[in-house]
Amino acid sequence: MEQNIFISGDEAVAHGVRLSRPNVIAAYPITPQTITVERLSDMVECGDLKAEYMHVESEHSAICATMGASAVGARTFTASSSQGLLYMTEGLHYCSGGRYPVVMMNANRSVALPWSIYGDHRDSLSLLDCGWIQVYVEDAQEALDMTIQAFKIAEHKDVLTPMMVNLDGFILTHTYEMVSIPEQDKVDAFLPPFQTENKMCFENPKNMAFSSQPDDNTEFKYQQNEAMFNAVKVLKQTNKEFAQSFGRDYGDMVEEYRCDDADAILVTLGSVTGTVRVVVDKMRAEGKKVGLLKIRYMRPFPEKEIIATAKKVKAIGVIDKDISFGYEGTVFTNVNSALAKANSTVLKKNYIGGLGGRDITKNEIENMFNELLTGKLKKDGEHVEFFNLKVAIDE
Amino acid sequence: MSNMLDIKKITPKNITDKELFYGHKACAGCGGSLAVRLALKVLGERTYAALPAGCMSAVGFIYPQMAFKNNAIITPFPGVASMASGIEAGAKALGIEDYKTVAFAGDGGTADIGFQALSGMIDRDDNVLYICYDNEAYMNTGIQKSGLTPFGTKTTTTPAGKNLPGSITHKKNLFEIIAAHDIKYAATASIGYPQDFINKVNKAKHIKGATFIHVYASCPTGWGTPTHTSVEIAKEAVDCGLFYLAEYENGEFKLNKNPKEFASAAEYLKKQGRFKHMTEENINEVVAQRDMKWERMRRKWL
Ligand SMILES: Cc1ncc(C[n+]2csc(CCOP(=O)(O)OP(=O)(O)O)c2C)c(N)n1
Ligand code: SF4
Ligand SMILES: [Mg+2]
Repeated sequence: MEQNIFISGDEAVAHGVRLSRPNVIAAYPITPQTITVERLSDMVECGDLKAEYMHVESEHSAICATMGASAVGARTFTASSSQGLLYMTEGLHYCSGGRYPVVMMNANRSVALPWSIYGDHRDSLSLLDCGWIQVYVEDAQEALDMTIQAFKIAEHKDVLTPMMVNLDGFILTHTYEMVSIPEQDKVDAFLPPFQTENKMCFENPKNMAFSSQPDDNTEFKYQQNEAMFNAVKVLKQTNKEFAQSFGRDYGDMVEEYRCDDADAILVTLGSVTGTVRVVVDKMRAEGKKVGLLKIRYMRPFPEKEIIATAKKVKAIGVIDKDISFGYEGTVFTNVNSALAKANSTVLKKNYIGGLGGRDITKNEIENMFNELLTGKLKKDGEHVEFFNLKVAIDE
Repeated sequence: MSNMLDIKKITPKNITDKELFYGHKACAGCGGSLAVRLALKVLGERTYAALPAGCMSAVGFIYPQMAFKNNAIITPFPGVASMASGIEAGAKALGIEDYKTVAFAGDGGTADIGFQALSGMIDRDDNVLYICYDNEAYMNTGIQKSGLTPFGTKTTTTPAGKNLPGSITHKKNLFEIIAAHDIKYAATASIGYPQDFINKVNKAKHIKGATFIHVYASCPTGWGTPTHTSVEIAKEAVDCGLFYLAEYENGEFKLNKNPKEFASAAEYLKKQGRFKHMTEENINEVVAQRDMKWERMRRKWL
């Protein structure tokens, strides 16, 4: 029987890692990721987890060490956040280019300056192009479940691409919830040990992480891009198998909630989804036709799914806990690009908020829906709004 | 370490003629590639080699021509020690036995950008042999100054002119900085003394834990020396006292070579394009620094 325990999101990830039996863990502490690495250290100490736990002296070393271990065929895990994630940047690109399927937990946190230990998505979204699969979870259970799934997806021979499991700093990492802990033998059956040809071994020595010339670099990058597209099929299949084994189905790359006859929907990433869900239910009870599209994967990007949902609705709002300065929110840019390809004429608006950990309240979400429902949105170039802004704006 | 005597000595007579590093594109007379080649002969085929960005990785891994017969990997420039540590952790966790993990990094990759990771690797006492081939500048990027570039060296970022004599900083005391970690074994060596270098690699190979060898490795391209004098010049550096052969083991320093009289430092310097501009005053400063260092080493280590 699965056991239900009351734990934080960080601890849920630690259990997901333990159940996945990694060979090597290398991580450097940073708030709000620390509880995960502390729990993992405890698990190694008490023998619940048989892994080499490396006390590296920086995040750069954490990613280099996990790549090194992966390069000899080990299953590897690291965890970081914000400044630490950015400090890894060189290694993130290196890892995906080398096709080392390292799994990482990223506790989403704002990026200095100004310093802030609280959550938003500016850390991981600024690294969308580093070649990692990026999934965002809504609660602690999904964090645990996606950690297990991440190893299976990343290590698949058609994928061999590192994967980042993102959970919102504090809102998820430090909030306690009832979480169901899968049984080890079921996880073992779902996730067999890592096998790969892409490794250095003594039977067949290899030179890895080599340099390329203009004549062949494009082909390597093409294959890397193909691998990311292969991940689409693999992650869907993995979700299905997971649902069969453990009874929890997270949908595919997105989850639609009450979108079928909706006039207006909000697009979300991460924990704010839960709040929007509550508001949708309340407004639906009042007869307002609203819905929710939760984006789970930012890379690979659910282009088809977003286009399909957009066809059903009149207005789409995108909540971004980030801003690409001088333009708009990154989630919005991606969603909008998909819509443009489909020549969609749906009304769209980008709501920027929740930066540096500020709450996004039910009231604010209701206001967004009401604005979208009016069907009157400003046209191009004025579609971005920082909501709940406490400074005066010159009109 | 106690069974040092049991280790079979590797000599010119019995050293393998099997090459593990060949077909690479290093310049003629490259001292760094000689150091890598000799070390791999000692370490053997069951070796994982990690090399950061730098000349040896640049000349050895040009797809599709790979120059290492053993397992080898390029690492990010600052991350050779951490990646080597990861390789070691992975191999250990997977139960792989009877092998050695070695890092080969330049002076820049060791004393500057890679130093943090190296310090961590030694702190954890990871079972890795780290070999720094020291050609006294960032050669791969076109001869820029590193933390191990000696005083008076002309590099592309420390030009010598009316106002500056080339590099105005002195070589970092890398060997002693490493020893200060209380590492199990550290040594300096020179490709000018190949038997000594081979012995030290052989010793380090059999020590479990972090070990370090700093090998002086000439670079005709960056030093402005004829390609056929690379071994000679690396020997002269030791003979004139500007480099030294030493070991740190069981908490103690040992000078392997303590010449009664130094060969001429001025002659050593004048042979090299990188020092050609040096004035008598500059040379006197180099000699004074050398004498101070030796006075201290002799006082403390003998
Ligand atoms: C993070 C990073 N910064 C800078 C570089 C550029 N770079 C590559 S090799 C190198 C110099 C290497 O010098 P050294 O370690 O002494 O090795 P050598 O080339 O002399 O063998 C530099 C600066 C890089 N690859 N990565
Ligand atoms: S520049 Fe110097 S170190 Fe680099 S390959 Fe040539 S000789 Fe060797
Ligand atoms: Mg160098």
